This record gives sequence, C-alpha cells and structure tokens, in this order.
Amino acid sequence: MVRVTHNNDFISFTDLDEIVYLLKNISEFDLSGYSKSSLKRRIERFLIVEKMDLVDLKNAILNIDGFENYFVQELVVNVTEMFRDPEFFKQLKAKTFPYLETYPQLRLWSAGCATGEEAYSLAILLKENNLLERSFLYGTDVSLKALDFARKGVYPLTKMKSYTDNFNKSGLTSEFSSHYTAMYDAAIINNEYRNKILFSTHNLVSDNVFNEFQLILCRNVMIYFDKELQERVLNLFYQSLALFGFLCLGTKESLYGHPIKSKFKIVDSTLNIYQKIK
Amino acid sequence: MTGNADKIVLIGGSAGSLLLIAEILEQLPVRLGYALCIIIHRSPTFSSEIEQNLSKKLNRPVVAVLDKMPIENDIIYFAPPGYHLLIEPDKTFALDSSEHVNYSKPSIDVLFETCAQVYQTNCSAFLLSGANTDGAHGLKTVEDFGGKTFIQKPEDALIDTMPLSGIQETHTSTILKNQEIIRYFSYNLRST
Repeated sequence: MVRVTHNNDFISFTDLDEIVYLLKNISEFDLSGYSKSSLKRRIERFLIVEKMDLVDLKNAILNIDGFENYFVQELVVNVTEMFRDPEFFKQLKAKTFPYLETYPQLRLWSAGCATGEEAYSLAILLKENNLLERSFLYGTDVSLKALDFARKGVYPLTKMKSYTDNFNKSGLTSEFSSHYTAMYDAAIINNEYRNKILFSTHNLVSDNVFNEFQLILCRNVMIYFDKELQERVLNLFYQSLALFGFLCLGTKESLYGHPIKSKFKIVDSTLNIYQKIK
Repeated sequence: MTGNADKIVLIGGSAGSLLLIAEILEQLPVRLGYALCIIIHRSPTFSSEIEQNLSKKLNRPVVAVLDKMPIENDIIYFAPPGYHLLIEPDKTFALDSSEHVNYSKPSIDVLFETCAQVYQTNCSAFLLSGANTDGAHGLKTVEDFGGKTFIQKPEDALIDTMPLSGIQETHTSTILKNQEIIRYFSYNLRST
C-alpha cells in the first residue's frame, strides 16, 4: 500500500519547470539547462529562507522589479576554496607550465569563478614560477554579488586557515602568508594579484567567446548543468582556447561521453586536465 | 544517456558502518535487479581507494560516482567524498559542491531526499551506524514518497545516534539486526 502524504518540504519537478519557464520569459536568465535536482533544492532552500511559498515566488518573479537578479544570485552555488584539490595544482604546474613558459604572453580564464579563490590560487602559482609578469587572468561568473566579493580579495581568516592546509599540500615553496595581509579577522590578497585579474560578468549559458586563452579553469561548475548545456559550454571553451591550450575540469567531471573529446588530448585522466590538439 | 535501473536501494552510514557494509557486499548475488548506492561520510582530504579495493575483492563493478553517470542495474555505486550526490529525474547521478548539510558532504539526507522524489515506491533505504543525525530526514522522505525504509537495530550499531534518530523520524521503518540485514541483501530483492 502506498501512503499518500503531502510533503511540504519539497516542490515538484513540474513546479520547477514552471518557475524556470517564467524566469526565462521575463529575464535574460535561462536555467533550463541546469541539473534539476540541485536547482530544485536551491529553490526549496530559498523559499524557506525567504519565508515564501510558490505563489509568492511566482508573483515576485512577475511583479517585483529586479527580483530575478537577486533570486538567481541566491540560486547559484558560490562555494569554493583556495587550492582546492592540492594535487591538481601540483600536476597543473608539472604538466602545463612547461608549455605555458614558451609563450611570451599568457591569457588565462577562471570560468564560473564565484568569489575568486581559484583565480587567486592560479595567480599565486604563476607568480611562484615567474610567469605572473607576462600573464593576465580573467575571472567570470554569472553572480554580480560573488564578483564584487572576488574583486575585493578579502577572505575571513577562519577560511584562510583551511586554505593554508591546501596550500601546504600543493607543492609550493613559498609561505602562504606572504601572499596576503592579515588584519583583524580577515586577510586581503596582495595587490599584485588583484591587479592581474579582471573580474567580470559572463554567463556560460548565453554569452559567447570573448578572448583567446592558453588555459581555462572550470572546475565544479559544469556539474550544475545537464548534458546538453555541458556540450554547449565545452564548445565555447574549445573555441576560446588557443591551439595546444589547456582545459581543466573538476575531479568528478570529464570529457568522457562528449563528442568534443576527440579534439583534446588527455594530459591527466584523474585530475581531468586536457589539451586542445586540433 | 539515461539510466536503466527501475529500482534503487540506498545504504547510508557513518562512523562504524563500513564493516557491516563490507559484509553485505560479500553476500550480494551477482544479479541484483536493482542499482545499489552506498553513501558514507568520509573525508576528501585522504583519497581513499574503497571502490577499487572492493571491486577487486568482489570481482564486480564498484563505482565511485562521476557527474551525470547513468544509474544502472546490478552496479554498486559509492558517493564520492567532498560532493553531495543527487538523483536526476532521468535516472542519472548529479554532483553538487554546495554548502555542507548536517556538517556533512556528502549528506545522506540530500541523496535520500532527491532519490525518494525520483524513484518514489521503487526506492528502498537503509540507515546504519553513525554519530550524527544526518539521514533521518531523508529516510522520512523515502517513507513519505512510498518507499521502504530499514534501520539497523541500535543495539547492533557501533554508534547508535543515527539509527535512533531514524527511528524517531519515521513510522513504518523495519528495524533489523546485522545478520538480518546481511540476509536481506543475500537474496534477490525482486521478490520483495
């Protein structure tokens, strides 16, 4: 016997589709290619925090000016770390820097950078290998709020503590504390890094190529997208890469099962580092 | 590609559950007729090789889930550390690296809740030994959507916090001793 209960903690997948459809019609935000369960969870969480129900939400999307910006910024996941997966940074240096060193100028892109930790980690790694001078980094995200945070380069000291653990396992020889200044309960990343990164809005769902890069980092971003949207984004990365440029995905993501795989060489199969070869 | 598993069985556990899980897996028949997904709390800092070791020992596929992997019959899946594991309506896995839930990532609640809504009556869930209350709400969700729920007998659990909170949250859960759990899995579940 099936017990029929109304569980008020959850919205249905039909409700989800309706919200996505509404949002798409009245704004530039198209969430239809996002992973459904994760997006649905974020919306459920948003409703609880804002003490709203579905009717309130639909009303707000339709009638409150600017609500859609706030809503989408609360939905996208901004959780990130400095030197996340320390082994990745070790291998990035070992396997891609010998190529990158041959370029007189480098352009690097942290796509879906959220609050900027990954872009700053890359900048520090470049600096330690004497490549920062000739580099320019772009950090892009769909969330303006996250980008504001990233531009400031100020992180709570409590977080810097766990970043230090990561840093120490990344095979870098400098002291992590030499890359920031601590004051009260926060740390500000050194100026030379902040000056080398342009944080700017870019939506992987709808925006296009804006430059040519030797390296693209996009780790743990595409997990929020379904297969078709992943396909689109991978094509965008392919077109944005210089020949022999590198693409780095998260440790649980891969090009496996994507047709575009044939245009890349696997540089590291566990850490998902790829090189464009045609 | 979408998954072919019409039925899924979930096992959630934390501290003190791994030995029992290993015993369960050793008794599993080759043909399950369902997908088995195991989620235990473990640290991403130490890359553990549970999946490879078990796969070799059991001589069958034991898979650490990758993003958008289709859910297939007869395969044993493990939730990777450092991510939440969710089930998509097209019967694929999805990963999510958002905030911890119940101080845990992966959180058992997140997997159980999303799986219950997709698989509904075709989802069964087991909650085993553990030192926090993660999983109890998820177990209730499985129950609410018509799935079967099972809890390790608190006296048999190394740490009984998790089973006790599961018992408190749900109404229809079957409480099983360790040997009963192992026996349950040693039969083909198609008959249940």
